[in-house]
Amino acid sequence: MDKILVGLKRVVDYNVRVRVKSDGSGVETDGVKMSINPFDEIALEEALRIKESGGANEVIVVSIGTSEAQQQLRTGLAMGADRAILINTDDAPDVLSCARALLEIVNRESPDLVIVGKQAIDDDNAQTGQMLAALWGRPQATCASNIELDGDKAIVTREIDIGIEKIEVDLPAVVTADLRLNEPRYVKLPDIMKAKKKPLDVIAFSELGVDSGPQISHSSYEPPEERAKGVMVDNVQDLVTALKDRGLL
Amino acid sequence: MSRILVIAEHDGSTLNASIAKTVACAAQIENAEIDILVLADAAAPVAAEAASLASVSRVLTIENEANAHALAALLAPQIVAAAQNYTHVFGPSTTFGKDLMPRVAALLGVNQISDIMSVAGSHEFKRPIYAGNVVVTLRAPADIIVVATVRTASYKAVDTGNSAPIESITVNADLPTHTRFVEAQAGSSDRPDLQTATSVVAGGRALGSVENFDLIYALADKLSAGVGASRAAVDAGYVANELQVGQTGKIIAPDLYIAVGISGAIQHVTGIKDAGTIVAINKDEEAPIFEIADIGLAGDLFTIVPELTEAL
Repeated sequence: MDKILVGLKRVVDYNVRVRVKSDGSGVETDGVKMSINPFDEIALEEALRIKESGGANEVIVVSIGTSEAQQQLRTGLAMGADRAILINTDDAPDVLSCARALLEIVNRESPDLVIVGKQAIDDDNAQTGQMLAALWGRPQATCASNIELDGDKAIVTREIDIGIEKIEVDLPAVVTADLRLNEPRYVKLPDIMKAKKKPLDVIAFSELGVDSGPQISHSSYEPPEERAKGVMVDNVQDLVTALKDRGLL
Repeated sequence: MSRILVIAEHDGSTLNASIAKTVACAAQIENAEIDILVLADAAAPVAAEAASLASVSRVLTIENEANAHALAALLAPQIVAAAQNYTHVFGPSTTFGKDLMPRVAALLGVNQISDIMSVAGSHEFKRPIYAGNVVVTLRAPADIIVVATVRTASYKAVDTGNSAPIESITVNADLPTHTRFVEAQAGSSDRPDLQTATSVVAGGRALGSVENFDLIYALADKLSAGVGASRAAVDAGYVANELQVGQTGKIIAPDLYIAVGISGAIQHVTGIKDAGTIVAINKDEEAPIFEIADIGLAGDLFTIVPELTEAL
């Protein structure tokens, strides 16, 4: 195939324990470490492996966000992507608007395969890939743990609740990456230097003519209810007694 | 009045347990009429089960050979055609619902709400974000169809005993041929299903090997419990993917959850927060799992678990 398009979202790093702003208007992100959404990193790794095994000519990474998302795109370029596109906006567009914006890029680039993470670890929506596939009128294969390319088709193994499922999709298609699709590579210093010279186009979100409605509004943010602190027991006998006291045995 | 269409998840013969919980969420919306839509090759057994759920007004069936397997690309256009007179379309937050509902929403030209954990009004809902570290309240405009998935661990199944009418319907929808089912392999287990079991025993990386995971199975067998695992244990290959509990695995709410050798990363904890009683067994007294456990026992799992299994 010719091109693979990979979506990279800039998110609060996996290891950061986020806090709600004191006025409940959002989540504190000032001074917090930001990274590529881990599932998107897996998506990129898969695209790179396909390219490195001769299955594709070019890997393009695309992000939607503020100019700071260029950092994550540069990391994607350092991992091995050929070029990057930032759809630049200071707003936080909803998922449908993002899918519509990605469709515009898809229409310009005509990729044979789009790979994105199965969910972003900030809003945990798990929607972008499916929405893009719907708007594009193309197949979707979510929660992929294996992709086997076969000419103009792909057989995708999906992690589903009962076990695994294999589906066959015609290309182009959208695949969303699950945890066990691969283990992403570490970026090496020389690659970071090289990545600085790779092309990174910035397109204004507003230039894409995306209809950004109808919106769902976020009215308040709050911490979850905490579970009450429990008790420690000293041995198995006390554990069994405690379980019996609660009527669980 | 709200008219809510719930999309049935099933395996061709049995209605998935998540649907009775999805209906329970829909029933939280005041003045709601709830219909269930069964898309199947042959819908009768699943439709009969759906019709027995309390709060359900009607069961609609769309029978088509193409619906023999739940492929989102084929189901979505049929659901869109059937959803036109509804104010809400709900599915469960299972891999079935998560795959399908965003595709339905995009075809309807609306955003989708994931993982409803509480209903604040017909168009206002709460849902968890950041692995359950934050709860956000969302409000959808009153003039759009609300498409959503329901976090089933937040709801108790509605009762059965109803006998709602079942109607076969036909819809005009072009079904694509670009997506084809090949095969499914269910995890081989005669144990209770992880998502519906009243008790669950779960193991983490500290188990150390596939063989040592037998300790977990032995304890689970004594309790007639389902078996779960942390992401670390699944990544290490001790158990299959479908046993993973947490942000990116299953969200469960058993009466009893016993976490063995699981440190309690926030990504795991979000999957068990709604459990009735959480028991933690871990050698590290400082492990975060003890922060949320109702009963903690610090010590060597390789001694404690066999002793506990013996004592039951």
